[in-house]
Amino acid sequence: MNSLAHMRLVGLIRKESLQILRDPSSIAIAFVMPVVLLFLFGYGVSLDAKHIPLGIVIEQPDRETQSLAGAFERSEFFSPQHFSVIQTAQQALKEHQIDGIVWLRSNFSAQLLSNSAAPIGVIVNGVDSNQANITQRYIEGTWFAWLTHYAESRGQSLTMPVTLEQRVWFNTALSSRLFLVPGLIAIVMTLIGSLLTAMVVAREWERGTMEAMMVTPLRRSEILAGKLIPYFVLGMGGMLFSVAIAVWQFHVPLHGSFWLLMISSALFMLVALAIGLLISIVSKNQFVAGLLAIIVTFLPAFILSGFLFDIHSMPSWIQFITYLVPARYFVAILQTLFLAGDVWSVVLPNIGALLIMSLFYFSLVWRKFHKRLE
Amino acid sequence: MSAIALKFSAVSKTFSSEGRQLSALDKVSFSIQPGRVTGLIGPDGAGKTTLLRLAAGLLLPDTGNIHVLGIDAIAEPLTVQSSISYMPQRFGLYEDLSVQENLDLYADLQGLSRIERPARYAQLMKMTGLAPFAQRLAGQLSGGMKQKLGLACTLVHSPQLLLLDEPTVGVDPVSRRELWQIIYLQVQEAGMTVLLSTAYLDEAERCDEVLLLHQGKLLDQGKPAKFSHSVEGRTFLVTAKDLGHRRLQEMLSRAPGVLDALIEGEAVRLVMETIEQPRVEVLLPGQKDIHITTVSPRFEDAFIARLKIRQTNPVTEFSSQLTIDLEKNDEVISVKNLQRRFDDFIAVNNVSFSVRRGEIFGLLGANGAGKSTTFRMLCGLLPASSGELAVAGYDLRRAAASARGRIGYMAQKFSLYSNLSVIQNLRFFSSAYGLRGKEQKTRLEWALTTFALKSFQDANAGDLPLGYKQRLSFAAALMHEPDILFLDEPTSGVDPLARRGFWARTNALAEAGVTVLVTTHFMEEANYCDRLVIMADGEVLASGTPLSMKLRARTAKNPDPTMEDAFIQLIEKRQQTLDTAP
Repeated sequence: MNSLAHMRLVGLIRKESLQILRDPSSIAIAFVMPVVLLFLFGYGVSLDAKHIPLGIVIEQPDRETQSLAGAFERSEFFSPQHFSVIQTAQQALKEHQIDGIVWLRSNFSAQLLSNSAAPIGVIVNGVDSNQANITQRYIEGTWFAWLTHYAESRGQSLTMPVTLEQRVWFNTALSSRLFLVPGLIAIVMTLIGSLLTAMVVAREWERGTMEAMMVTPLRRSEILAGKLIPYFVLGMGGMLFSVAIAVWQFHVPLHGSFWLLMISSALFMLVALAIGLLISIVSKNQFVAGLLAIIVTFLPAFILSGFLFDIHSMPSWIQFITYLVPARYFVAILQTLFLAGDVWSVVLPNIGALLIMSLFYFSLVWRKFHKRLE
Repeated sequence: MSAIALKFSAVSKTFSSEGRQLSALDKVSFSIQPGRVTGLIGPDGAGKTTLLRLAAGLLLPDTGNIHVLGIDAIAEPLTVQSSISYMPQRFGLYEDLSVQENLDLYADLQGLSRIERPARYAQLMKMTGLAPFAQRLAGQLSGGMKQKLGLACTLVHSPQLLLLDEPTVGVDPVSRRELWQIIYLQVQEAGMTVLLSTAYLDEAERCDEVLLLHQGKLLDQGKPAKFSHSVEGRTFLVTAKDLGHRRLQEMLSRAPGVLDALIEGEAVRLVMETIEQPRVEVLLPGQKDIHITTVSPRFEDAFIARLKIRQTNPVTEFSSQLTIDLEKNDEVISVKNLQRRFDDFIAVNNVSFSVRRGEIFGLLGANGAGKSTTFRMLCGLLPASSGELAVAGYDLRRAAASARGRIGYMAQKFSLYSNLSVIQNLRFFSSAYGLRGKEQKTRLEWALTTFALKSFQDANAGDLPLGYKQRLSFAAALMHEPDILFLDEPTSGVDPLARRGFWARTNALAEAGVTVLVTTHFMEEANYCDRLVIMADGEVLASGTPLSMKLRARTAKNPDPTMEDAFIQLIEKRQQTLDTAP
């Protein structure tokens, strides 16, 4: 690179940096947005069921029913409400005051003592099938735990054909926060790399600054580099900031190596930037560029990346589409690096996919971007 | 250096949009000598911007060759771009960077060495008068200063060829004059070659040479004097004692042998088809006290003579259509001590004037002078902070809808529905004013004929050429036959030919008794007004007839001042009093 080219590139980067520093929306997207998203998903959204409002119908109170109701009361999963007849409980279920009913009939204690079949009735609101499954599983769990305890207290042992011994790996606390927060880093980087970049380049077209810049000795590579370098730095800054919040604020463990995280993030950043540039070249209008970036990059990263929804439970044709979403590969890398460690058999193929994607999009940008107006 | 700065050889360029082929340039050939200012003149859509973009290497021609400073612009655009500068129509200043940072950026991009910078910066700052604002963000500069900064950025490396696309459009007359001084300084001191496009015909006369472009074809090239010479002996000034100047213009525009009749103060300027001395009995049979004097031709006369297809005033039916129930000489609009503050900024300060029925009254001033704010208060769109105002006896902010129905308003920006057709727009606006059935049908028919929109009636309004859009807006404002018309910058961005058509229509309306209040930043358009006020910084600097304004600016050096001269003199005088004030 000769000294003139160096001067041009440095001039461009300085200009872009000044603009970023003075534009509150750039700073907001790079540093305020991650905080908002991380706190929203870290604290606000939880896929774990806790304090499920549950109706307990006790038709004839006695020592046994009190003991069982107490078990539900003590569980952190439930916040029970008491009813004496099933009809009022059903009404409450219809009115959405409770999500499920445990029904202890008047003959509950008698049946229990006579050791006949389990005498409780369970009704669950099935509108949200996911929530219904969780509620049902928790009720069963609490019921069996109480039953075992009850049998032991009477000197008996509960006979069960199979006992499950469960062990959870990687996310031992089964906390959804630990699973969501690493994935969010991909969302933040998509916002900076694609949305912000697409809009600032489109703004240059709109305001005519691009036309003026075209008629200077700048080369195509210099214009592209002048845009890529500042936003790459900004995006990596947003990434490091998010990692810091994840590790120190939410105590998400980082089992994998930091350098592998940096390398894969840099690769993903390049893909996001290339898509952002491509969008701005195609649309040249801030409003359209912003919408396109949201539809093409942000929403898929949110929905189809496996960050929030499990890819394996999607219909197969949607699973196929997820292979086109770069965030899918990055989310897989992030979740592995944070929760499991450097699992090369997972990380390497995903890095490979990102590498291919960045090459593909950059060659497209190179072909589509001219120092001409058409 | 090559003996020819810019050479086009049989260059053609077509654009395709929605399946249609638009020919922007058609076999254009010319060459420009170095060290001169060449003006690129032509109506809208003539291909001026396309030509400049081709020269800058931003577009590729379909056929033909372009050589810039002896370099093939098609094969080596980068080499060309390092020795020229180009300022697009809306120059791309970074508004969130300061004046100094903008200059630094372009110095970096143009490869100006750090040793040369201080001297060049000092020179540019002195030339543009931007030195006190070096640290100010470009977005906070006035329109004129932005344009000067844009020019400074393009001049940072002393290009050999400077391409400017309408550098003075929308700029106030004082800044316009300063921009021209900067351009000439470059030519004289650095031997720079300049090619600039402009919509102001008076600027053509400041160029060494002019390229006249029309519908993608190069009509002529030559010194401005050569153009003016072509209508030598064909330009006259006509005055009549007994006829109003408007009536006179209308009659003359339909007289045999007249190519163009234009109101100029109290008189009418004529361009004749042939070089014969016009005779009163041929032009205005039966009229007495007509005085015809020969005047020296201007560039504009030649321009119109070249481009204008002979057309008579298109509107005569106005008189019978419009109902006027106001007494003659009644004050239709009166404004007393009007003030409008936005927080601690005073946009309009102590403005007073009155407009009589059937008058064309102008509000003249640069951008930001307070014209539009005054206008909005009159239309009832904005409350006044203090002062009195009445339109047809009402304050429109509080008046009933029926009072508003007597007002027609044409906004500065094209405010019709772009994706509705011409006829759908007109139908909508007429029904908004309560026209329906047969009445509506007659008005629609009237609008389409009077404004010559028939052939476009099913085209989408957004696809119309600019001049037609303006005609459609004007028609929409007239659908309900208003008594009072508010026209906010109606001719902004409209080429000279379309402007003439517009003023002919407005004249006919005023002749029919409609009161017209119009804002403009084209100083020469003041000549079409009966009376006007000149505004600056929210205050009225002067008011009166166009003639009285010009007479005030008369000096021994400048015995025949233009409206622009008068305006600049007023501004300078104001600046002096401000400077001497404690």
